Amino acid sequence: MNRLPELIFDISREGKVGYAISGTEFSDDLSAIDPDRRRDGLEDFPQLSEVEIVRHYTNLSQLNHSVDSGFYPLGSCTMKYNPKINEKIAGFEALSAHPYSPHELVQGNLEIIKTLEEWLVKITGMAGFTLTPAAGAHGEFTGMQVIRKHFDVIGQNRKIVLIPDSAHGTNPASAHFAGFETKEIPSNPDGILSLETVKEHLTPEVAALMMTNPNTLGVFEKNIIQIASVLHQNGSLLYMDGANMNAFMGIVKPGDLGVDVLHLNLHKTFSTPHGGGGPGSGPVGVAAHLVDYLPVPTVSRDKDRYYAQYFNKEGIGRVKNFYGNFLVMVRALVYLCALGKENLRKVAEDAVLNANYIRKGLEDVLDLPYKSRSLHEVVFSDKNLDVKTLDIAKRLLDFGIHPFTIYFPLIVHGAMMIEPTETESKETLDHFIATMKQVLKEAEANPGTLENAPYSTPVLRLDEVLAARKLQVRWQKGE
Amino acid sequence: MRYFPLTDADREEMRKVIGIKDSRELFADLPQDKIYYSLADIPPALAEDELLGKFSALARANAYPDYLSFLGGGAYRHFIPEVVNQLSSRGEFVTPYTPYQPEVSQGSLQAMFEYQTMMTMLTGLDVSNASLYDGGTAAAEGALLVLRKAKKDRILVAGNLHPEYIEIIRTYIHNLDLHLETVDFSRETGAVNLDDLSGKLDDQTAGFIFQSPNFFGVVEEGQKIADILHGKKAYAVQVIAEAMSLAFLRSPGQNNVDVAVGEAQSFGLPLGFGGPYLGFMAAKEEFIRQMPGRIVGQTLDREGKRGYVLTLSTREQHIKREKATSNICSNEAWCALRAAMYLATLGRKGLLEVSRINHLNTAYFAREIGKNQKFAVRFPKNFYNEVVVQVKNVKIEDVLQKMQDKKILVGIPLKWFFPEYPDALLVNFTESHTKADIDRLLKALGELS
Repeated sequence: MNRLPELIFDISREGKVGYAISGTEFSDDLSAIDPDRRRDGLEDFPQLSEVEIVRHYTNLSQLNHSVDSGFYPLGSCTMKYNPKINEKIAGFEALSAHPYSPHELVQGNLEIIKTLEEWLVKITGMAGFTLTPAAGAHGEFTGMQVIRKHFDVIGQNRKIVLIPDSAHGTNPASAHFAGFETKEIPSNPDGILSLETVKEHLTPEVAALMMTNPNTLGVFEKNIIQIASVLHQNGSLLYMDGANMNAFMGIVKPGDLGVDVLHLNLHKTFSTPHGGGGPGSGPVGVAAHLVDYLPVPTVSRDKDRYYAQYFNKEGIGRVKNFYGNFLVMVRALVYLCALGKENLRKVAEDAVLNANYIRKGLEDVLDLPYKSRSLHEVVFSDKNLDVKTLDIAKRLLDFGIHPFTIYFPLIVHGAMMIEPTETESKETLDHFIATMKQVLKEAEANPGTLENAPYSTPVLRLDEVLAARKLQVRWQKGE
Repeated sequence: MRYFPLTDADREEMRKVIGIKDSRELFADLPQDKIYYSLADIPPALAEDELLGKFSALARANAYPDYLSFLGGGAYRHFIPEVVNQLSSRGEFVTPYTPYQPEVSQGSLQAMFEYQTMMTMLTGLDVSNASLYDGGTAAAEGALLVLRKAKKDRILVAGNLHPEYIEIIRTYIHNLDLHLETVDFSRETGAVNLDDLSGKLDDQTAGFIFQSPNFFGVVEEGQKIADILHGKKAYAVQVIAEAMSLAFLRSPGQNNVDVAVGEAQSFGLPLGFGGPYLGFMAAKEEFIRQMPGRIVGQTLDREGKRGYVLTLSTREQHIKREKATSNICSNEAWCALRAAMYLATLGRKGLLEVSRINHLNTAYFAREIGKNQKFAVRFPKNFYNEVVVQVKNVKIEDVLQKMQDKKILVGIPLKWFFPEYPDALLVNFTESHTKADIDRLLKALGELS
């Protein structure tokens, strides 16, 4: 079993060196800077040799579960395979220019940005895109700022954003930081928004509805076109959280469903790696009447020449430094070029097929609170079980399977949100279904087994309450 | 297609199990007149060798690599030891999600705990989060942090803060009923005008966001700024756009600054045409429950062994929703991992040495260019690794073009952001520049006419 290595500060020894960078060719003349503006030293900073650094991080890496090491059906996170060729190309030195380089020296990079924008327009049916936001939540914030701007321009002070009870927590948080008040509205017994519910909550104060589609139950919001229509009649806009776009790839364009503003996650649908929590990229697409409000910089093409614009009086301003997470965009474009027209649709077809296969395999042994047709993911409940979702999840770790998303969405009791993605084989799905059944049998025979799980991981179940109560967020000398 | 493990036989069998004939039936709830739209305008799939060919051609369309660059302004080229590239590329680090299951994420979590610790050592502050998007958004989060903490509605920002960072702060607070005012800088030193700061401080001011080294490369008097602010019960937020300076300059903590935010791209991240980079935030202990972003804490497992988890999640959007301290979810974890690797590899000695070389290279240039009557270093005292150079009698466009003709990117024209300086360039030097590089620049500048 792998064990945690000692902390890097504890293996550090005075006098060890892990680098070789050529020294200065100049005299040590520090007369240009006042001595009291300089620092004395870097006490306790690590000192290691190169081989010790390599072993430290190699040992650490082996403590992680990852997509590269095994099944990772984390619902709503779209943990698909991250192609190696993406990494190779994103590492090309010639792409790694300074962001303030003259445009004529970075034509390749500007073309990459523009080409990716054009791909996303084709896939989503939106009129224009910004690629600057750094992550999904950042895209939501940007999209809500665009909506705010729209109402500023037409002179309406609309304060309220409607958000379904099944929404991801970033939706209300993003709307709040864009200056809106959020109002939660209930989904119906099918797990989707009904037209009547939306109508009930529509007032002249409503700026927008933020809808995740497919929603967090993995269900298509099938009233979307009618909902968009009543919103528009009320002068309100429809924001679509496209975190689950994987179910729509090559199948349907949000722009054809009445969506005004949409964000995507390149680190979900578009195969860029999650990196243990970022970097991501959260492009925002908008309908034609909102294109002018997108943030700067914007990239344009004039015949064969590409250029960027840094100022736009009409727009919401700037949300991120430079062009956004460019090297993430590179990976996404490589992926799309690899798929091409032949394979784009297969992404959604296989992802949805896989999710439905798991649903079929487990619906006899787990409670399925919403019977609506599943798209890319399926959400079960622990309602009829003697064990909790958390315990099932922890026991799965012993079988080399990363658990599904747990306790989300909040409208499902003990939610188990399972998203296999299209990059898993039937053998893996069969193994997962069999393992789940085995764990559930174990739970029936001896629930205690699960409560103490996992048993085979580098550390056993961790005390999260203790971590918050007795805060220790840095190494301290002598502790 | 190599990314799809299902065979046609698998698909057939699975459809049978599910009880459908055709995959299209999976989408029966979708509007049937809108699905399976034409893909005619989508380009055909490229094989792996074709992908390499296509993107190599795009890379070749960038002439940038042929140029000797002195561009800085918030993005800096530093040497990256190969161990950082190799180790950070391991699939176990690249392909996990946020560590929601800590028992199988101890690698990322311990590395993050070590990152947080090194950032507190560098900033001289008590606590660090696990990352933010970049320097500009970190500055905006820093502003929101002190506004929340002070429960006030007015914030001051330095006029010599990176202009993009100011733009981002403005976008972030634009719709929040908050007030922002700019504090002027001294035309003589390039540093914050402390009288203007004192004059603009009032009881409703939550804090002051200043950058040091500032956008002109000048190191501010952090301690004096902090004292002025604390006298009015306001917080000092220092932005650091060039993290390498942390190892050379008196730390924010030593200056009694309350919050340090900024850009740590210099710690092991390539220029990457502007991203992904690494936003950081460190602060005095009292801010921890108001901080945005992930924080890793140490705890014990069932058998009392050391382990790490994400902690204080009650601050975050998935628990608090619209009342969260920030909407941030995915951040820049892998970039922070690279930073940790870079910091550990350079170690105490390497960081002190490299950060010093940055200054010494810049000081050499400043001394030499000052000898030429056609140029002047605008703010000649207390710079770190960037200086503002004024060019006399030659239009800045001509300077840029003539230098570009010699395959040199001489610097950022200040007038992009400061129209009052039509004749000035911001020029950056790091350890990646040799004496020969700097001499080539000096010679080329000397030949300007």
